[in-house]
Amino acid sequence: MKTLRVVAPGFLTTVQDLGREGFGPIGVSATGAGDAVSLRAGNRLVGNPQGAAGLEMTLVGGTFEFPGGAVIALAGSEFGATVGGATVPAWTAVEVKAGQVLTLGPTQGGARSYLCVRGGIEVDKLLGSASTHILSGLGGMEGRALKREDVLRIGDAGEAGEGGGFTGRTVAGKPLEKLAARKVLRATEGPQSDWFPEPAQKVFYGSTYRVTEEANRMGLRLEGPAIGEGSHGEMITEGVSLGAVQITAAGLPIILFVEQQTTGGYAKIANVISADLHSVGQLRPRDEIRFEKVDWETARKLFIEQEELLASKELIDG
Amino acid sequence: MGYTFAVMSGEMGASARFVKASDQTLLVYMKESISPAASERVRKLLRLLELEPIAGIRNLHPGYRSVLVKFDAVRMGHEELEKVLQSYLVRVEDVTLPEARLVEVPVCYGGEYGPDLEEVAALHGMMAAEVIHLHTSVEYLVYFLGFVPGFAYLGELPKELVTPRLTTPRRKVPVGSVGIAGNQTGVYPFATPGGWRLLGRTPLEMFRADREGLSLLEIGARVRFTAIDAERFAELKRG
Repeated sequence: MKTLRVVAPGFLTTVQDLGREGFGPIGVSATGAGDAVSLRAGNRLVGNPQGAAGLEMTLVGGTFEFPGGAVIALAGSEFGATVGGATVPAWTAVEVKAGQVLTLGPTQGGARSYLCVRGGIEVDKLLGSASTHILSGLGGMEGRALKREDVLRIGDAGEAGEGGGFTGRTVAGKPLEKLAARKVLRATEGPQSDWFPEPAQKVFYGSTYRVTEEANRMGLRLEGPAIGEGSHGEMITEGVSLGAVQITAAGLPIILFVEQQTTGGYAKIANVISADLHSVGQLRPRDEIRFEKVDWETARKLFIEQEELLASKELIDG
Repeated sequence: MGYTFAVMSGEMGASARFVKASDQTLLVYMKESISPAASERVRKLLRLLELEPIAGIRNLHPGYRSVLVKFDAVRMGHEELEKVLQSYLVRVEDVTLPEARLVEVPVCYGGEYGPDLEEVAALHGMMAAEVIHLHTSVEYLVYFLGFVPGFAYLGELPKELVTPRLTTPRRKVPVGSVGIAGNQTGVYPFATPGGWRLLGRTPLEMFRADREGLSLLEIGARVRFTAIDAERFAELKRG
C-alpha cells in the first residue's frame, strides 16, 4: 500500500473531504473542506471522485514524502510548492517518484491549498466522512491536525493506478477564472434580515470589512463599521446555516464557516451564497471584503452553474 | 423581508411558518416561543421526516421551536420543498413519538469540578447544598442537541436557579462539565470554549464515536442528575 509521510505538517493541515451531512439532530457539524471547489477540482485532475479526501493546508504548507511515489495535484492558493527543486504549480497533476519529497511554503495568495493524491487519502471514516472536526477532535487523522511523522495511507486507484494518463492535466483557463476566489461576497437575506432596518442594511452592504485574526474553520470575525441594532425581538436558539452572517451584540459580523456549531443564538442579517462559500475558505486575516446582495433566484442559478462547471469535461485540459 | 408562508389545517391548528435561511436551507418554525409543546411538534416533524425521508433533504437542525432543513439546491428550490413539507405538517399531530428514555447522569458537584457552584449559591443567597438539591430535584427534557456533537440543551431549571451566563466565557471548559445558563442546563461533551456557569462534572462520556447512537442523549430524552462524591466519580471514570 502506498503512503504519504509527514516530514513537516505546516501551520494547520487536516484531512478533509466534503463533510458529513445528516447528523444535525445529534449536534454533529458537517465540517469538510473550507474551499470545496478547489478540493473537487484537484480530485478531478488526478482522476479521483470529486469528494475523495485530501489534505487541507492553511497559510503555511507542509513537507511530505511519498515512499512509493504518487500522482498528485495542488489546488487552491499557491504555496510555493517544489519537488526535487522543481516548481509544482497549482491546478496541475504531476507525478512524484518513489522517495521524492514535496515541499510547500507560506501562501502567496489566499488561506488554503489542497493536496490531492490519486487514490485519495485513506483514514477510517466517521459517519461516512474522512473530514476532521478539530473542535470536537472527531474524524480525519485521530481527530486532529497532522503532525510530524504521521503516515497516511493512499487509496488504491484501481487499474489505471500508475497515473500515466493523468500527469500534465490542468484546470482550463476559463473555468479557473470563473471559480477564482472573490473578495466581494454575494449574499442573500438571512432569516432575521427584517430585524435590521434600512440604515443598518446600508451600512452592511455599503461598507468594507476586514477579516480579523479570529478567523478559522468555525467562523470569521470581521471588523469595520458597526451595524446599528434594530428593534430586535428575543432571539431563540435555532439551527444555523453554513455561511450565515451573524451580527454580534457589538454590531459586527461573523461569518459562520464549515466547522460551525449546528445551532446558534445570534440574529443573522445575511447568508453568503453557496457559489461563494469557497471564496470564504480563501480569506486571510486582514483581507478586506464587501457584501453584495443578490436575490434567491440568482443565488440558485450561480450555484447550479458552479456545480455543472465542476462536473463538466471543459473543466480539465489534457 | 423574510418570506413566510403559513399552513393552517383547520381544527388541529397545525400552523408553521417558513423562512428562507440561505440558498440551501429553510427554517420551519413550529411555534413562536419556547415550550414543551413546541418541542414536541419539533420532535414529531423530525420523526416523520425520519420515517418518510424526503429525497433531496441533506440535513436537519432542530432548535427549541424550529427545524432548519438543509436541501440539495440543484435538485429543488425553497418553494418545492415547502410544498412537500406542507403535506408532512398537516400530519404532524398524528405522529406517535417513541417513549422517552430517562437517563441518569451522575455529577460530582463543587470543588475543582464545579468552580462556579459557590458563586451561583451566593448570587441566589443560598447554600451550595441547596443549589445541588435544586439541580437534582427535577427531570429535564432534552429540547435539542446543538453547539457541538452530543451537547443537549436541557430545560427547564427550577426558577430559583435561573442564572445569567458568565460575562466572559471560558476559553476551555473541561470535558463533562455540567453548567447552567438562563433557565437551561447542559453537559459539555468536549473541551470547548463556554460561557455557562459550572456546577460540577460527570464521569460519563456524552459522545463517543465508537458507540451505537454516538450521543448519550437524544432529542426528547429525559435527564435526571444525581450527586456523587469524588471517589465514586473516579470509580465511574475508570469504568
